[in-house]
Amino acid sequence: MQKIMVCIKRVVDYNVRVRVKPDGSGVMLDGVKMSINPFDEIALEEALRVKERGTQIEVIAVSIGILDTQQQLRTALAMGADRAILVQTDKAVEPLTAAQTFLALVKKEAPDLVFLGKQAIDDDANQTGQMLAALWDRPQATYASKVDLNLNVASVTREVDAGLETIEVDLPAVITVDLRLNEPRYVKLPDIMKAKKKTLDVTTFDALGVSAEALLTTLKTEAPAQRLKGVMVKDVAELVDALKKKGLIS
Amino acid sequence: MNKILIIGEHDGKVLNPATAKCITCAKSIADAEITVLLLGADTASVASQAAAVSGVKTVLRVDRAENAHPLAAIFAPQVVAVAADFTHVLGPTTSFGKDLMPRVAALLGVAQVSDLMAVETPYRFRRPIYAGNAIITVEASATRKLVATVRVASFEASPAGGSATIESKSLNVVLPTHTRYVGAKSGSTERPDLQTASKVISGGRALGSADNFKLLYSLADKLGAAVGASRAAVDAGYAPNEMQVGQTGKIISPEVYIAIGISGAIQHLTGIKDARTIVAINKDSEAPIFEVADLGLVGDLFQIVPELERLLKA
Repeated sequence: MQKIMVCIKRVVDYNVRVRVKPDGSGVMLDGVKMSINPFDEIALEEALRVKERGTQIEVIAVSIGILDTQQQLRTALAMGADRAILVQTDKAVEPLTAAQTFLALVKKEAPDLVFLGKQAIDDDANQTGQMLAALWDRPQATYASKVDLNLNVASVTREVDAGLETIEVDLPAVITVDLRLNEPRYVKLPDIMKAKKKTLDVTTFDALGVSAEALLTTLKTEAPAQRLKGVMVKDVAELVDALKKKGLIS
Repeated sequence: MNKILIIGEHDGKVLNPATAKCITCAKSIADAEITVLLLGADTASVASQAAAVSGVKTVLRVDRAENAHPLAAIFAPQVVAVAADFTHVLGPTTSFGKDLMPRVAALLGVAQVSDLMAVETPYRFRRPIYAGNAIITVEASATRKLVATVRVASFEASPAGGSATIESKSLNVVLPTHTRYVGAKSGSTERPDLQTASKVISGGRALGSADNFKLLYSLADKLGAAVGASRAAVDAGYAPNEMQVGQTGKIISPEVYIAIGISGAIQHLTGIKDARTIVAINKDSEAPIFEVADLGLVGDLFQIVPELERLLKA
């Protein structure tokens, strides 16, 4: 194991309550706090833990997005990534484009392992890791809640609907991480200072030979239907009556 | 004609109800001809189950030893080989479909529409983003194959009454050996499956311990309900992770959802907003769960739950 690549996405911070624009053209992003996608932060933390257990492992944080995405990559460097690469674009990036871009970086960097979050909390697509693994023709282990590395094999416990499943994948491989894999570290001030000196390269789709063709068109963005306000009952007897009236219990 | 291929989910014995929901979704695509593809070691029994679902024209069986467990890296090239004859390839938004379908889409060189909740035209769909805080209408090109996952909470299961033709198919596809199934651990219970149960009782951190969750199991057994848990309860170790309801757990749409000691974080509400009736029991009258509840009761769950069980007995 020599090199781990971690793909991170800049998204609206998970604490922000997202609102739809009145004209239906999207969600309001002006002045909203942006952060590393929480699942990607867990992915980075896992890579850093592998690095800290081993020797001479380089962790590279990569992202695709507007120039301001450098902020999130600087945070990744402050957490402990060794260097970072931003593929700069002002376009909205679909998962297939992201996967093609990461593939181009994988071809350049030849990592033994790629970690990503299982999904980004903005578009909730849950695709990029699987797509990267497909294009790379390598194994995927999605929704990881435990990762054990042995030489050239990773044993990964996955969170699936029925419980937990364990698979074994040969490296190099793509692992997408779930919530319970670890708890990411907090960044300390001296680390932020140190991160400023680390390398952050900026490149483009053109330089990587990625066409970045949009395959989907978003026609409209709407707020979800609201549930009507319900009623409060005063005690258990009243609750049981109400449930009976609705025919939900007999 | 829209030729739709649905990737059936099963455990070798039982067809997962998510498949019948995908079939309903496919039926809402105009001029649809529906085929269900089953990959497995022996799909004879699940094939007859799939053939009996209304709306299915053909069930394709691909039986081979390597298909004993649903590994995306093994399944995807086979799905791609079969997909050549189809316009649409659909799978469920379950851990099975979420794992497999993007790998299929990438091999086909097309985008995937994730989590589609409504069909507007054969290539235009509605889907949630930002944990359901916004709904987008998205259109894909009609000149390419359409790959999508179907949000199972948004569709009813297609009823029985079908009589599809069952065909066995052998595919000349070389399968990778780089991915191997090791084993599974499930907290399987006699209770109804969380994702398909008509009644669900969920507990939150206020339960205080795994032991106290027994209160809910007892009530659930009385009602014939499945039991769920909030992320906080799962993180605290009161319930296993497969019981987690919410954006990062299971998204469910039961007839009635009873939330006990759950405050109602946004990520939890995302998982239950398709429930027909939401009942909330919480000692904090300001808890956000009451904003979405159809019926709310403020009080101590340790008194309310046993009393509820007693009254249901009577």
